[in-house]
Amino acid sequence: MVDPDPHASARSEVLGRIRAAIGPDRPRVQIPRDYDVRREHGNVVELLARRIADYRAVVRRVAAADLPDAIGTLLARRQVRIMLGPADLPEEWRAPDVEWHLDDPPLTVEQLDRADGVLTGCAVAIAETGTIVLDAGAAQGRRALTLVPDYHLCVVRADQVVGSVPEALARLDPVRPLTFVSGPSATSDIELDRVEGVHGPRTLEVLVAS
Amino acid sequence: MAGTGVTWLGTPAFPRAARGALADTQLRRNLRKATHTIRDKRAAAVAELADWERLRRAGAAIKDSVLANLDVHLERLEAAVTARGGVVHWARDADEANAIILRLVRAAGADEVVKVKSMATAEIGLNEALAEGGVRAVETDLAELIVQLGRDRPSHILVPAIHRNRAEIREIFRREMPSASPGLTDDPRELADAARHHLRLKFLSARVAVSGANFAVADTGSVVVVESEGNGRMCLTLPETLITVMGIEKVVPTWRDLEVFLQLLPRSSTAERMNPYTSVWTGVTPGDGPRQFHLVLLDNGRTDTLADEVGRQALRCIRCSACLNSCPVYERTGGQAYGSVYPGPIGAILTPQLLGDLSHPQPASLPYASSLCGACFEVCPVRIDIPRVLVHLRSRVVDARGGRSPEAAAMAALAWIMRDPGRFEAAQRAGSLARLLARQGRISRLPWPGSRWTSARDVPAPPRESFRAWWRRNRG
Ligand code: SF4
Repeated sequence: MVDPDPHASARSEVLGRIRAAIGPDRPRVQIPRDYDVRREHGNVVELLARRIADYRAVVRRVAAADLPDAIGTLLARRQVRIMLGPADLPEEWRAPDVEWHLDDPPLTVEQLDRADGVLTGCAVAIAETGTIVLDAGAAQGRRALTLVPDYHLCVVRADQVVGSVPEALARLDPVRPLTFVSGPSATSDIELDRVEGVHGPRTLEVLVAS
Repeated sequence: MAGTGVTWLGTPAFPRAARGALADTQLRRNLRKATHTIRDKRAAAVAELADWERLRRAGAAIKDSVLANLDVHLERLEAAVTARGGVVHWARDADEANAIILRLVRAAGADEVVKVKSMATAEIGLNEALAEGGVRAVETDLAELIVQLGRDRPSHILVPAIHRNRAEIREIFRREMPSASPGLTDDPRELADAARHHLRLKFLSARVAVSGANFAVADTGSVVVVESEGNGRMCLTLPETLITVMGIEKVVPTWRDLEVFLQLLPRSSTAERMNPYTSVWTGVTPGDGPRQFHLVLLDNGRTDTLADEVGRQALRCIRCSACLNSCPVYERTGGQAYGSVYPGPIGAILTPQLLGDLSHPQPASLPYASSLCGACFEVCPVRIDIPRVLVHLRSRVVDARGGRSPEAAAMAALAWIMRDPGRFEAAQRAGSLARLLARQGRISRLPWPGSRWTSARDVPAPPRESFRAWWRRNRG
């Protein structure tokens, strides 16, 4: 019997071929999970700062109370005029002397492209790998917001920092859109050597607030 | 189902194709520099994790567990993607996948697509198929762009333009990029910048993107793309329609399994603690990213590969490219000699299996494109025993060719590739084939093709370490 619907017949044929290939006695595979879920690092905030800096990103550690001043200082140093932020960007992060465009109503791609930079928080940060994870949650906004502008300033709270990749994944909800960011945009495509600066933000600055 | 596409029509068998590469001293210099740089860095990145061996074992076991129940995992993936607003398509072979994609692009009213580097789409020859259908495919990955602008062929699975050095890249950009300044230098930073400007408008205005996938989680329907430049993020986020093409073996059972692969992959491929960007998305998210998401599940020879109990481990491959970078044969011949989008050690075992035709001289020559030194197995993050599969495929070649084997010619060519026949022979004797097949510490009789050597010499099986030590001292 030939199925007239090519989708259905492709599906059933591929699944049928898989079943035939595996055969009736399916191997039972035990997955050894004896790798390290957590590794001992002492101060993970310090490690995060070092590892992010290894990617040639700027990292500053600040006391939570000094965060607004620290944001103002970094933005002034870069002489940014227009900064973007998610709709729920905390009031106190919006440094004066900067024009803030929040993503509400959603900004057009042209507006994203014209801005000097974007300020967000994050969901989780991974100390071992110097990675910031965005999940479109609080103070982060949608993915395009942190992608099109050439400069991304990201605030990490100390309680968002974990040591390892397994610890980070356990904290994340996989059905949210996730972006793992490890340093500024880079490429290894020329002679297998990493150079910064291709299509994503070419400058990444991180403020770790404790 | 036998795969189509996979190899380039008209490529001669490996030994002959390799001769061209060997004559090109610039190519050999470029390759040597790049592969040696990355080898040392990879070793350092791996040494940072005390549990690396345990991660490798977990990675291999997760992939084996996927393969043991591949139908179940794919059906779960399909259900999860569909529940989150995505549309799943099944393709038996390259032609079927290309036809599905072309139809989707046309339905979106586009005559151009932006592409994230993807081995699956290279394997099926998607760009050519789209061009025949009147759709332009714009490669956005830097190395793919270099290959596309240079009207060249890829030679590496991670860095397809690895055979080009910075000066050659500058020449290609000057010639082919209308926006490139005549004063463009060969500073890698400037070259990256030129690519940024060249593609910027394309990204901001593209309506359809085509990507591959590094992983897809059966449980949740989440798809993962690992990249560096941000071209991936651009393609996955800005267009209205996203079409992702994925080999059926890329599925992993649970979200948690990624904790293993997101450690194994970046350290093995670009020798980084983590690659700059990893994107994860699940179906469609209102207000964030594409409004339409299509996932094309591709067989193209994978089910045939799955049917071979020894050969199926090739389907564990996470395309890190560590085996290419560590291979002494690849280092000398480059990738194009393998005549396939999958070169190097993984290509030597994957290409013939995907094609399913071991009687044709070209794929039949690939299992011989190796000295069986074992470096590929040592670095493989999912412990694919490439030497073992090579030996197994050599016996399948002999069966398929009615007992005739290309062994003598292939071995002679390989010795020549390795430049010094004496050294090559030593590598063979000390190599991991011996380790693999040794019984009670002595190699007395090897199955074919090793039997041809062992009948002549009865050699003690050396411990693996001593071969590695030997190789480190002697490697080109
Ligand atoms: S075979 Fe192993 S080392 Fe080679 S590309 Fe695949 S995963 Fe990497």
